[in-house]
Formats: sequence, structure tokens, C-alpha cells
Amino acid sequence: MTDEHVYVDGDSARWAFGTGFTDPLHGVDQAVPDGVDAEDLAACCLALGDDALVSAQRLAEWCTRAPELEEELALANIGLDLLGQARLLYARAGRADGTGRGEDAYAYFRDPEDFRNVRLAELPGGDFAFTVVRLLVLSVWRLAVCETLAAAPDPVLAAIAAKSVKELAYHRRYAAEWTVRLGDGTAESASRVRAALDALAPWLDELLTDRAAARLGVDPVAVAARTRLELSHVLADAGLNRPDDVSRLDAPVPSLPGSGRDGEHTPHLAPLLAELQSVARAHPDASW
Amino acid sequence: MNNPTAAPPRPYDPEAAFENTIARDQRIEPRDWMPDAYRATLVRQIAQHAHSEIIGMQPEGEWITRAPSLRRKAILFAKVQDEAGHGLYLYSAAETLGADRTKMTERLIDGGQKYSSIFNYPTRTFADVGVIGWFVDGAAICNQVPLCRTSYGPYGRAMVRVCKEESFHQRQGYELLLTMMRGTDEQRAMVQDAVDRWWWPSLMMFGPPDDDSPNSARSMAWRIKRHSNDQLRQRFVDMTVPQAEKLGVTLPDPDLRWNEERGHHDFSAPDWDELKRVVSGDGPCNAERIARRRAAHEEGAWVRRAATAHAAKRTARLREGAAA
Repeated sequence: MTDEHVYVDGDSARWAFGTGFTDPLHGVDQAVPDGVDAEDLAACCLALGDDALVSAQRLAEWCTRAPELEEELALANIGLDLLGQARLLYARAGRADGTGRGEDAYAYFRDPEDFRNVRLAELPGGDFAFTVVRLLVLSVWRLAVCETLAAAPDPVLAAIAAKSVKELAYHRRYAAEWTVRLGDGTAESASRVRAALDALAPWLDELLTDRAAARLGVDPVAVAARTRLELSHVLADAGLNRPDDVSRLDAPVPSLPGSGRDGEHTPHLAPLLAELQSVARAHPDASW
Repeated sequence: MNNPTAAPPRPYDPEAAFENTIARDQRIEPRDWMPDAYRATLVRQIAQHAHSEIIGMQPEGEWITRAPSLRRKAILFAKVQDEAGHGLYLYSAAETLGADRTKMTERLIDGGQKYSSIFNYPTRTFADVGVIGWFVDGAAICNQVPLCRTSYGPYGRAMVRVCKEESFHQRQGYELLLTMMRGTDEQRAMVQDAVDRWWWPSLMMFGPPDDDSPNSARSMAWRIKRHSNDQLRQRFVDMTVPQAEKLGVTLPDPDLRWNEERGHHDFSAPDWDELKRVVSGDGPCNAERIARRRAAHEEGAWVRRAATAHAAKRTARLREGAAA
């Protein structure tokens, strides 16, 4: 293999894969079809896009800190999938909301109150048990939503959802397997899973009553029922099926006021975004 | 067919078979006999290489959460993930020689095994991500392309895949720098600053000069190594100079110039005392790099214990089920 001089000749714009394609939906007919409410479509894309971006950022925080190299690879893989979903959803949102904004305008130049992710996604990373249990909850829920959206009246969103389904099925499997390993493993790991369930419980109601995709054919009640059922199966496999374990996920505490879908966030989102946006905002005229 | 007049077969001589395999430029495989020193040299080199991939995730990994566009974020996230994958292939290659991944990790953490000195330098701006791709992955390619033909089979085969990915990373790094050089004055200054800081440590990646490289001759005889440190360093400089011109940056060596007679660039020697200091643990980020790796290993211990306990319980339940 002789790499010498290969970079000096030829077209510099083609040296790296993807160069020049700033629009991830390049080549796709992006017109919003008749009968689809563009505002509903944009709101749904933004909500699911923000969930994905914020989750990817939390997973990226694990980089070089995972308990084993295989987990390093898997968490990065899942983070990359979600980042990819966010990019496609932002591209769709930019067309549907009529602003023509690109993905980076959504990710880097909105303030926390303009983000529409559920608060569950923005909670600080916690330990590995918290990470896999949150991933389980979010991927079970998101998979149920995307399976329905794969038949959405907007063909672009339907295609994004269909692609996401394959990825989310893997995320769910990974998170479920680890929840079972940790729940069944040692007394310490089981108690960490219980602590994770307790920490997540107050934020579940927001997710399970979410109507972000309701106007695009997703029934929130059916999604919630399926999510609860799947979670209870995983918890049973993990040996966490005592009544007080199951009740941990049955919203035992009253749901918290406010909603991330309305831009009301915990104090944890602002520092997450400050980090994510720091370089882009320090050099607003730069090109990357 | 028996031939009573033929000489009796010579007793199998494993050492001769080993030497013969090396001389014929063929591969030594895990179950072949090999000299203890060959095995020990390979374990040392492969472990050091694996550790370099894993520690090498840190300087760039710090920028994933801050990457200034979603496209750059995806590229960087995937690159750092690739490095974890390279570490896994390499630890697996070392395991074929009887080494153990956990023990190698412990040796890394307690300082018993080394990793590439380059990863003990800090990443100060996002331009560093591009320059690391260009220089550090470029230097890694110079080092590793010949290793695809190294005499130990599993190591050579791991290198084939690693080199393909490193080549991709180098192009991505260079492409980031090209984009930045087409940006603002501030961005061009960031790129030049990163080039100034990474040039000398990159030259040091090839190791000490040939007259001060104690292990090289034997590794060359065993065809583990195929080119000397100085040959590889020269190749890197010759490859990089035209790329720097195209990019529009200045390499920080006033004595760097083309030598018509040699057909190579002349260049200054890096500060070898600095290399010794960094290798011996006194670089800008040595303590921080090891502390991070140690924390991940120690904080992850309960997870690994849980996985082991679950696997044992599961096996026991399956046995009980089968017996019932």
C-alpha cells in the first residue's frame, strides 16, 4: 500500500467520505405531502430529534470510561445511531417548519428552553446501571413509536422511522441483556439497578403520556401499555419482579410538573448544551 | 512404499522449523513452536500497541461532546470507537500468545507496560483533532503498513484491518484541516498552532534513532519489524511535506528541505531527551491518562463481577434444568 502523494493529486473535496453533503436528506423528495400538517410533522421531528441528540450526548460522556472495551464499543455504537437519527429528524424538521434550517442550527444555536426532549434523556449520566436502565426505557418506548411512524403519512419521516426501528431493536436488546445481567448478578449490581429504577421513576410519566407523535398516527395509550409490558418482562428476567420492584416503574410518585416537550427542563440540560455548543458558538463564522 | 535403504527420518527440530519459516517469509502461527524471547518480544510489542490504541482514545475523545458540527461529531465518535476496536483486535492477538487482557490492563495501569508517547500531549483546540488524524494516524500508517507482513500471523492480520481504518482516519483529519484552512483567519491560526505543537512529538513516534534502539536488530532478524525507526521517520517526513504545502501550513523546522542527492527531505532531529522524559512518565499528561484508565477499570469492576456472577448462575440453572 503506497499512500504517498495520494492526497496531493486529485480533487481535494472528495478525500473524505461525505464531504460536501451538508444535507443528510440529499436527493430525497422533501416536499411535505398533501394531508400532512407541516406543523405537527415539524414538532414530532424536533421532539424525537432532541431526545436522540441529548441521549447521544449522554452516551458520548462514557467514552474512555466504560467498564469493559466491549461496552466502550457498544455504547459508542448506540450513541452514533442516535446521533444519526437526530441529524435526519432535524433535516426533516427544517423543511417541515418552513425555516430551511440545517441540522447544526437546531443542535448548536438553540437555547435550552427551545429544546423539546423529554427530561428523562437529560438527567446526568449516573453509573452503568442507570445508563442501561434509562437506555432500556427510552429504547423500548422509542421503538414502539417508530414502528408506528414507519407507516406515517409523511414518507420521509416513515423512512427515518423504518431505519431507526432496526437500530432501536439492537439498543433494546443490549439494554435488556445488561439489565438482566445486573439484576441477576450480584447483590451490589441488583441494588444499583433498583436505585436506577427509583431515580428514573419520577420521569416516566412524562414519557408515557407523551403526545409528540399522536397527530401522526401514534396512539400514546398503546405505546405506554406496550412499554410497561416489555419493561415488566425484562425486570422479571432480571429477577426484579417483587411487587415493590414492579411498582418502581408504575409511577409510584406523582408525576412532576412541567414537560420537556414544552421547553421546561431540569437544571441538567443547560450545562449539557453549553458543552455541546461551546466550540460552535465560540466561532460563529467558522466552517467545519 | 517402504524403501529400506532410505536414511531414517531426522528427528523433528522445532527451532530449525521456526528459523526456516522466518527465512521463507512465512507466518508463525499460535500453535507453532517459537523461542521464548520471540514470544516475549511480541507480547511486549502487541500489548504496547493495544495500550496505545486505548490510551489514544483519550486526547481526541475529549472533543466528541464539543465537536462543532454534527457531522464532525459523528466522524470523531466513530473514529474513537474504531480505536477501541483496534485495541480489542490487538489484545486478542496478544492472547493467542498466552497473554491475558485483564493482566495487560493491570500492567498498563501500574506502569509495567508502555504506550505510545504521543498520547501524553494535550489537545488544546478542535484543530488538534485534525492534526492528530493527519500526523499521528499518518505516522501510525507508516509504522503499521510494514507490520501487515510481520512474521507473527495474528498480529499481521490484525494490522491489515487496522491500517485500512487508520488510512480513513488520516484522510478525515486532513479533510477537517482543509476545511478549516478555507475558514476564518482564526481557524487558520488554530491549524498552524496545532501543527507547531504536534510536529516534533509525531517524529518521536517512530522511536529513538537507530543507533540508540536496543531491541531493533533482533526484531528485524525475526522479521517482526521490517524497517528501522529512522527509515520509517524519513518516509513519514517525505509523505507529509507535500501535504503541508497543499494545506498551506509551515512545518516548524527551519532546516527541513529537499535533498536532491539523497532523494529525501533533510530534517532536524527532535529533542530525544524530551522523548526519554515522556516515555519514563514525565510528559504533560502521563498521570492524567493513566488515572483515567485506572478509574474506568476500577469503577467498572462491579459491572464485570456482576456479568461473571450472572453467567455462572445461568450455567448452573441450565444444568439444573437439564438434570431435572
